[in-house]
Amino acid sequence: MRRAGSIIASALVALAAWQALILLTGVPRFILPGPALVAKTLWTSRALIAHHTVITAIEVLAGLALGATLGGVTAIALAASPLARQLVRPMLIFSQAVPVFALAPILTLWFGYGIGSKVVMTLLVIYFPVTSAFFDALMRTPQVWIDMARLMGASPARIMRHIRIPAALPGFASGLRLAAVYAPIGAIIGEWVGASKGLGYLMLLASGRAKTDLMFAALIVLAVFTVLLHAAVDRACRATLDKNS
Amino acid sequence: MNAPGILLKGSVAIDDEPLIPQIKLTAAAGQWTCLLGASGVGKSTILRLISGIADEATLTGTLTTSDGAPLAGRVALMAQSDLLLPWLTVAQNVMLGARLRGAVPDTRRAAELLDDVGLSAHADKRPATLSGGQRQRAALARTLMEDRPIVLLDEPFSALDARTRAQVQDLTAQLLRGKTVLMVTHDPAEAARLSDVILILGPDGLRARPAPPGAPPRAVDDAQTLSAQGALLAELRAGP
Repeated sequence: MRRAGSIIASALVALAAWQALILLTGVPRFILPGPALVAKTLWTSRALIAHHTVITAIEVLAGLALGATLGGVTAIALAASPLARQLVRPMLIFSQAVPVFALAPILTLWFGYGIGSKVVMTLLVIYFPVTSAFFDALMRTPQVWIDMARLMGASPARIMRHIRIPAALPGFASGLRLAAVYAPIGAIIGEWVGASKGLGYLMLLASGRAKTDLMFAALIVLAVFTVLLHAAVDRACRATLDKNS
Repeated sequence: MNAPGILLKGSVAIDDEPLIPQIKLTAAAGQWTCLLGASGVGKSTILRLISGIADEATLTGTLTTSDGAPLAGRVALMAQSDLLLPWLTVAQNVMLGARLRGAVPDTRRAAELLDDVGLSAHADKRPATLSGGQRQRAALARTLMEDRPIVLLDEPFSALDARTRAQVQDLTAQLLRGKTVLMVTHDPAEAARLSDVILILGPDGLRARPAPPGAPPRAVDDAQTLSAQGALLAELRAGP
């Protein structure tokens, strides 16, 4: 309850600072609209914003699910095979030197103007953090557990399944928490480069027509969505994966 | 059960760095042998060699059994840390071996063993909810579940308080009867209470010391056990 109170208080301080800035500087509303105007637009354009939010949410959730799956499989394959580590890991790290955002136009070319290219963009943004967090955890299995399992006659595959993976799930969870924060960024970048739907598209459209209030309304919805997504992933991790530590 | 004896002859090195000089170590069939010594003399390495998990150490010599059959699959190891997996229940931990071999676990035997170590009421709890003594008893049940004729103990009681330690020692001695046991410890009291044979490993090699009279586990206040404990401690303090 105290935490909720402090969140509300902090939001009120931010709103007051925002309003004060407008009153003090007298900026026109198409440069920086006040909180009241943004709230009003949020209400009057709710159907429009909701429509685009659903699109972005689908892209984010699909990208998150695919990226987590692909990242999880990659981490296990790398942890299981020294050969895979030698061949794939340098490539994986080098790929991080390429800004994922620079790939957005080519993804639009390959996967089209619709949801597909945004899902792939989201996947690419979260793939590395998920893989890397899970892989590190898989490589940190206490040696004493592995020794015990070997003495009990376990094969490397069963050690992976019954010891290393369960022991590394809290690490996977920290990757997923990061992914929940990064995933919306991927979808929005994808929408900026080429789309006819989604919150990123709506923001670009609104600012292009000097409808700054609508742009801010969409931005706030995006931020709230990201916070809720992170909270949901965090909760789900606590209830499941974290219990293994 | 026909527990075989173990004979280790040779010297041990880690990365070409000599660790243990030429020794001849015997763990007699069906007996409890204690290996005493200061930290770093290679006691645990000997257990790891016998377990077949000492990838880091090289034995120049031979490791044989009294019945001539290979060691593989006949050794269980109980360590200082209980090694219970935090995400499994106590019962699942006890049956871990079967799960790791892809076999069907014998739930009835697991229940019997949990009863033997007094943990029946805790079978479905996670290890984190148990006390140190209870955790080590769960580890004992897991070791017994493997039903191996040779059991290696690597200071399994050293993290327990004095009272719990004596209790778990008694229980372990009772439940491991008839198996070939090789226990590493740096506690002379433990060696004096539990051993049929006492060996001291130092940098210059291995020496045998007589065990006190009477069958282990000996009473904690037995006069001869206490005097043997004192003599062992004096010898350890004097060094090689």
